[in-house]
Amino acid sequence: MTATAPLLEARGLAKWYGDRLGCRDVSFDIREGEVLAVVGESGSGKSTLLSMLSGRLAPSAGSVVYRLRDGSTRDLADLSEAERRHLFRTDWGFVHQDARDGLRMGVSAGGNVGERLMAVGARHYGEIRAKAADWLDRVEIDVSRIDEKPTAFSGGMRQRLQIARNLVTAPRLVFMDEPTGGLDVSVQARLLDLLRRLVADMGLAVVVVTHDLAVARLLSDRIMVMRGGRVIEAGLTDRVLDDPREAYTQLLVASILQP
Amino acid sequence: MYVSVKGGERAIRAAHRLLAHRRRGDRAVPEVAADQIREQLSLAVDRVMNEGSLHDRDLAALAIKQARGDLIEAAFLVRAYRTTLPRFGASRPIDTGAMAVERRVSATFKDLPGGQILGPTFDYTHRLLDFALEGESEVPVAEVAAVPPAETAMPRVTDLLGDEGLIEAEPPACDGAEVGDLTRAPLRVPAARDLRLQQLARGDEGFLLALGYSSQRGFGSTHPFAGEIRIGEVAVEFDVPELGFAVPLGLIAVSECQMVNQFAGSSVVPPTFTRGYGLAFGQSERKVMAMALVDRALRTEELGGEAVHPAQDQEFVLAHADNVQATGFVEHLKLPHYVDFQAELALVRAMRREHAARAETAADAFEEAAE
Amino acid sequence: MTAPIAPTQGYAFAYLDEQTKRMIRRAILKAVAIPGHQVPFASRDMPMPYGWGTGGIQVTAAILGPSDVLKVIDQGADDTTNAVSIRAFFRKTAGVATTTRTAEATVIQTRHRIPETPLRAGQTLVYQVPIPEPLRFLEPRETETRVMHALADYGLMHVKLYEDIAEHGHIAKTYAYPVRVEGRYVMDPSPIPKFDNPKMHMSPALQLFGAGREKRIYALPPFTKVESLDFDDHPFEPTRFDAPCALCGATDGYLDEVVTDDRGGRMFVCSDTDHCETRREAGHRGALLAAEDPAGGATARPEIAEDLP
Repeated sequence: MTATAPLLEARGLAKWYGDRLGCRDVSFDIREGEVLAVVGESGSGKSTLLSMLSGRLAPSAGSVVYRLRDGSTRDLADLSEAERRHLFRTDWGFVHQDARDGLRMGVSAGGNVGERLMAVGARHYGEIRAKAADWLDRVEIDVSRIDEKPTAFSGGMRQRLQIARNLVTAPRLVFMDEPTGGLDVSVQARLLDLLRRLVADMGLAVVVVTHDLAVARLLSDRIMVMRGGRVIEAGLTDRVLDDPREAYTQLLVASILQP
Repeated sequence: MYVSVKGGERAIRAAHRLLAHRRRGDRAVPEVAADQIREQLSLAVDRVMNEGSLHDRDLAALAIKQARGDLIEAAFLVRAYRTTLPRFGASRPIDTGAMAVERRVSATFKDLPGGQILGPTFDYTHRLLDFALEGESEVPVAEVAAVPPAETAMPRVTDLLGDEGLIEAEPPACDGAEVGDLTRAPLRVPAARDLRLQQLARGDEGFLLALGYSSQRGFGSTHPFAGEIRIGEVAVEFDVPELGFAVPLGLIAVSECQMVNQFAGSSVVPPTFTRGYGLAFGQSERKVMAMALVDRALRTEELGGEAVHPAQDQEFVLAHADNVQATGFVEHLKLPHYVDFQAELALVRAMRREHAARAETAADAFEEAAE
Repeated sequence: MTAPIAPTQGYAFAYLDEQTKRMIRRAILKAVAIPGHQVPFASRDMPMPYGWGTGGIQVTAAILGPSDVLKVIDQGADDTTNAVSIRAFFRKTAGVATTTRTAEATVIQTRHRIPETPLRAGQTLVYQVPIPEPLRFLEPRETETRVMHALADYGLMHVKLYEDIAEHGHIAKTYAYPVRVEGRYVMDPSPIPKFDNPKMHMSPALQLFGAGREKRIYALPPFTKVESLDFDDHPFEPTRFDAPCALCGATDGYLDEVVTDDRGGRMFVCSDTDHCETRREAGHRGALLAAEDPAGGATARPEIAEDLP
């Protein structure tokens, strides 16, 4: 898919909160099957950026253009609320750091996974359930737990359930906000491994925001380093992490243990 | 033979007769007159006027008598009567700055122009039952200080703070703007402050008290100071377009509470204290203080905060403040629901049968496996 | 049927003033124009408690004319206390003719049932509604449910049904069973048993829903498609009864269960008293009456007094 147009194009994105800068001058493209990591410490503007990319926050300047499944492109600012919601239940996913923000904690695992299917018109209980079971299996949750609520699940399981809930409609683009944050190291490793496999199998495009360079290295093809609301360095992940050019990136890389 | 329960009319008629009988109580005790209620249970009258949304002391007293002292029932009677009344328009805004003050306290300044006036308050009474009141009591006429004439300066505390710019400015009064009325148009949230205050003024005193209290205990603190509470009479005036001037309709007693709350500010706006406001008919001090706390709590989002606690949640507060609505819906559970209950019974029985069948199948399977 | 009488002096016809009626009629017209959509209206404080039919009463008051014949039922019966009270209210304030016979009525106000006798063109059924919002127990916020309706974003409703089947093996909703109107709005049919749901579909009568406390009016114009929500492999099924009515032997109606003793004795009788009495007038006999009166024959219908003091 060499000649395909980008899936999502960000141009000159900026966000001001009154006098305070959220982020500015952010431009990039993302293509199908490509994983982009946005790294930086808290306050660097990466979460603001993610909110604008996913249409949940209106930019002060700039635009985000998305290519729909029918090939047409649309500026997110021009989408109606109905279209935006439709994108979020079909073509997009959003994996929150805290699974409680992305799951219905009072609804069973099967219901959580099945919700998107029902939202787009699935009306066969048996098929919805079979598909939910298949997805629980794919995210390594014992299918016998399909009728349990996420409150009974461990942190790692909740996060995997959240991923299944997002991927069941085979989206093309998934936003992830610190998907491994708050998990034990061994649980993180398993989750990253699972994510990497799913992303490759499904050819997902992903924008993952993280402060953890290990996550960026394992998952992403490209990396953007943010500081003080601006992108200070961007490039292929291996290049940026093995040969950082900016002093701040060098500091970040040096501060994690090298393998 | 079986005869289904009939005779609804007869039962209703008999129940109403019994109700009237019980209302009268022991015939050896003189019947209470509405004017006695009006004069001697005046705080109950005030509450019924507020929750019934109608300023009429005689009707409120009558309603209390008819309702056997059930104040929510009395407010309900007043409300139902109010519905049938024609509306001529809205009065001019009352000027509480020109109030003939009977009570005025400020917790923010030790002394201030016009002074502090305790007035007829329960504060500082020792709550000891006064057995002298069991019989007829001789109550000496109290000396009432001459009410200071309106021109005697008794400026509102918030005006004193406002002169220095220390408290947020009130939005300018927009003369001629339509006054919102949630009894004439369905309330939609988010609602503007005029409608919110209207709903709080009509709202249940106990509900507001609990919400205001919750905000003090940390469920949405607003750091309140009782800037001023003033109680007294104000003139009500009505614009008559044909005459070209305002006609005085009379005097009504009101209670007003201005809470001075936690400051707000930004890089653009210098820090100022913020306002919470309560106003009610009569001497309704608890009501207006609670109302002022809740009013301020409901402004949390407008002032840049996040509404997370019950008292800050417009939809929660406004939807549940009205006790006439609340009591109707809670009490409607005593109406027959046997059609719906029958449907539930059928389902529960069916599910129990299936459950038993599954258990039996499992037991059979176990026996077969064991054999 | 009782004949019309002069309404009590001192009230507007049917209690509400003409301005209020006009406001309610506007809401009704809008509701009819957008079937299943909840139209806010400025519900008035009524002389009955909220939750006791103030919405239905306001709708009835707004549509009633002097030549109408009114029937009021609660739980299917004309003689339950709240039905008696509401009928007496309109008798007093409007003086309209009243009836217990479904076929004779032009306006039928109901709480929790749809009459068994099929409604015909020209009749209006007015439902009393406690909670008009079908999504309320899934999403308590009006601000959010409004958006969900606007965008037809109803996935959550099916999640609830899915959860029921996963947990109980059934859609555990037996009354106030949600419906989809003309493929667009999801609507709460008021707490009628789901047994009655099919009667709403393509009914020749006008169906109006009034929620006084919640200040909403909605409507199903005649011949509107009304589908009960379900799954293809768990289709909607109305409640069924094993026994016929003990009084009239009907097998087609909704039944009330009557506890006859404290040793588990039960009997089932029609919830729709008009249906039951009409059948008995025609000579039908259930097991109980047949045992008591083997000779049989038509029975006269008990008349009920109409005017409360």
